Amino acid sequence: MTASATAHPEGPSAFPQAAALSFREATKVYDPAAEPAVDRLSLEVPAGEICVLVGPSGSGKTTAMRLVNRMIELTSGDILLDGVSVREREPAELRRHIGYAIQQIGLFPHRTVAENIATVPRLLGWPEDRIRARVEELLAIIDLDPEEMRHRYPAQLSGGQRQRVGVARAIAADPPLLLMDEPFGAIDPITRERLQNEFLRLQREIRKTVVFVTHDIDEAIKMGDRIAVLRAGGVLAQYAPPEQLLLAPADDFVADFVGADRGLKRLALERVRDVRLWHAPAVRAGAPAAAARDELERAEVGYALLVDDAGRPRGWLAPADLGGDAVPAGPGSPVLLIDRADTVRDALSRLLQEEVAYGVVVDDDGVLDGVLSIELIEDFLRAEGRRAAEAPVR
Amino acid sequence: MTAILAQAEGFFRDRGTGDGSCVERNGFCPSWIADNLDRYVGRPLLEHVELVVVSVTAGFAIAFALALLARRRRWLAAPIGQVTAVLYTIPSIAAFFLLLPFTGRGFLTAVIALTAYTLVILFRNIMTGLDNVPAEARDAGLGMGLTPRQLLWRVELPLAVPEIMAGLRIATTTTVGLATLAFFAGAGGLGETIYADLRFKSNVVMAGGVAVLLAVLADALLLGIQRLSTPWTRAVAR
Amino acid sequence: MSLPLAALGEFGDAVQFLFQSRESQAGGAEVGGAQIWGLVLDHLRLSAVALLAAIAVAVPAGLVLGHTGRFGFLAINLSNVGRAVPTLALVAFLVAFLGVGFWNVTFALVLLAIPPILTNTYTGVRQVDPEMVDAARGQGMTGAQVLGRVELPLALPLLTDGVRISTVNVIATATLAPLAGASSLGDPIVSFGVYGDTGRLAGSLLVAALAIGADAGIAALRRALTPRGLRLTAST
Repeated sequence: MTASATAHPEGPSAFPQAAALSFREATKVYDPAAEPAVDRLSLEVPAGEICVLVGPSGSGKTTAMRLVNRMIELTSGDILLDGVSVREREPAELRRHIGYAIQQIGLFPHRTVAENIATVPRLLGWPEDRIRARVEELLAIIDLDPEEMRHRYPAQLSGGQRQRVGVARAIAADPPLLLMDEPFGAIDPITRERLQNEFLRLQREIRKTVVFVTHDIDEAIKMGDRIAVLRAGGVLAQYAPPEQLLLAPADDFVADFVGADRGLKRLALERVRDVRLWHAPAVRAGAPAAAARDELERAEVGYALLVDDAGRPRGWLAPADLGGDAVPAGPGSPVLLIDRADTVRDALSRLLQEEVAYGVVVDDDGVLDGVLSIELIEDFLRAEGRRAAEAPVR
Repeated sequence: MTAILAQAEGFFRDRGTGDGSCVERNGFCPSWIADNLDRYVGRPLLEHVELVVVSVTAGFAIAFALALLARRRRWLAAPIGQVTAVLYTIPSIAAFFLLLPFTGRGFLTAVIALTAYTLVILFRNIMTGLDNVPAEARDAGLGMGLTPRQLLWRVELPLAVPEIMAGLRIATTTTVGLATLAFFAGAGGLGETIYADLRFKSNVVMAGGVAVLLAVLADALLLGIQRLSTPWTRAVAR
Repeated sequence: MSLPLAALGEFGDAVQFLFQSRESQAGGAEVGGAQIWGLVLDHLRLSAVALLAAIAVAVPAGLVLGHTGRFGFLAINLSNVGRAVPTLALVAFLVAFLGVGFWNVTFALVLLAIPPILTNTYTGVRQVDPEMVDAARGQGMTGAQVLGRVELPLALPLLTDGVRISTVNVIATATLAPLAGASSLGDPIVSFGVYGDTGRLAGSLLVAALAIGADAGIAALRRALTPRGLRLTAST
């Protein structure tokens, strides 16, 4: 993702530039007698990046987020949006230019899906036809059939659909900044996973600057370009990209919060394509079996992969299957296909789930790329452990 | 006691012409009713409707203003609730005569008493309706940049409509009933017709029946308005 | 400023009327003073008899309907229907069809008082947490014991609210009793020719005071009757 001051994304509509966000000693004190909710928080969020605020309850992460759109007023310090202090802007006007999505979603029950999405464009006085076009576009983006969904009320949607509409509503007026407070928190794990992936895909297109609040470190690692770990009293414990957070936690609190299984968590950041995969001999039906047998002996995998003319894997062939003159037409034993773009963690969980030793990695066209094994992942983890042990603790 | 009854008899009106024997037997006389229909659906009904519409409208306007005030100054909610509850407790007949020294006999006195009567129901329901607006809808609204005024008119009030309409329905049916006593304040209405010939079955059934019918129709009308104005309340998960 | 002052003067006269009898406007009998306090007693007796009868009918009916959950639609809508019937029409109806007299008026007042009590009793029982009823049964209580020891105490606040609404209604409507040949504080109001402006105002003051007093009294009773445990949870 671009880390320049402004990002020019390519998207379905003319997205305005994302804004750089800067916390400058931002402080919120509710009760002068007690400790602050947010204590001199300073951090920079480059335009177009997702900054995740994560921490246990009482760490002031939601308060910090709400300071940005002045749902909560700063006690001292400042927050700059593209270099301009939020204090200098009228709250309602400011908020119309900052997307806002919360865990409870807060769709208006008396408004249809289309009307809900159109809320901010209406407030900004867009012409009706532009609003209508934008609503259609957004419904398509969040993968809801406009014909069917436009006139529904929130009560007629599933939890996942509601959440998508909430996100669509938040980005409806192309705000340069998006605030998200545990947006996927109240959803079942399977739907959450899908919504997270959808949002990441969407973000690749729209490149908003995003402040994302969560208490879930796994979600933070998955979603964040940078993660700000907050501790009780609203003190920033560490602000770093996820890899760095996992490799080199700043102190015991962060290490604890990130968890003992942070090596495993690293797997969620690694893509299968980044792993040096094993080579499996690919054989085509009707080819000479002798050549295949030779190749099999030199390979890291004890089986051959039967592929079709386009190179797409069809089945595993054991050495015994190659006993004849020509490679048989199959069917071979079933293969577990893994996408190159999957995370290593997802790939591992599928290997364990299917109880197989090898997964066949394919590219976007389904063409054979290599073989991933549990053994390879074990090697990767061991290397991680060594790197983590050698990394200086800051 | 007999003196009082004689007094009441003195108010009896001419029963007019019609099926003489039925009227004399004090039966239920459809033909007499047909001949004297204007005693019920004429001026008395119009007066009655006018009393109800003006009182409920005024009551709604006052209760609405009080509710907005009480939401801005939270501490006012309890005293406003208590005062309106006491107003509701004062029997309307008594209220008419207690107002007499100030406002004299007539429409105004009746409307003041009837209006006062609606306040407690309307105030409570408007408050409940607004309080029941989901906090997250309010938060999301403010977070998207609605001003407090926009939030009130575009989000909070529409969502409070079912509760507000329920209050309006109760206030309206109650006021239709109480307006039958408005003639004590000299404001006419269907009560005057009942009172004019208290022992004549045809008269009592007709005048009372028209009042009940009015209440039922007003209730149905308000229910219809409520359903048309709140389509989302009938939207169920598919 | 003269009008309010004059009005206040009229109220002063009315208060005096309560303590000092005078010759009636029609001549002859003395009105005011002790005579009007006799009417207060009449009014209270009429209201009390009607209310007790209504409670005797409506509470058991509401409890049973609530306990069994039967005829819920009827129980809930009874008070809506009751509201639509003007009290004057109800009194007039009974006068026209049954004639005048104390018991006929009482009957009208009972009919008036039943719906709010029945509806509220029914609702009070229905809103008792089903888990609590289940727990009571699980401990071996019979249906009647569940009703008497769990549902009734928990329904008491709402039940009392119903009684409160009916009491105010009955006291207000008892004012119409003289139209049906029973004595009450309505006398000075209906028989304007006998009592005059002052008597009518005095009667109105008393009726209003009775209604507000009864309302406050029952509100106090409600607080006393609410089981302590409920008051505790209500306050947090």
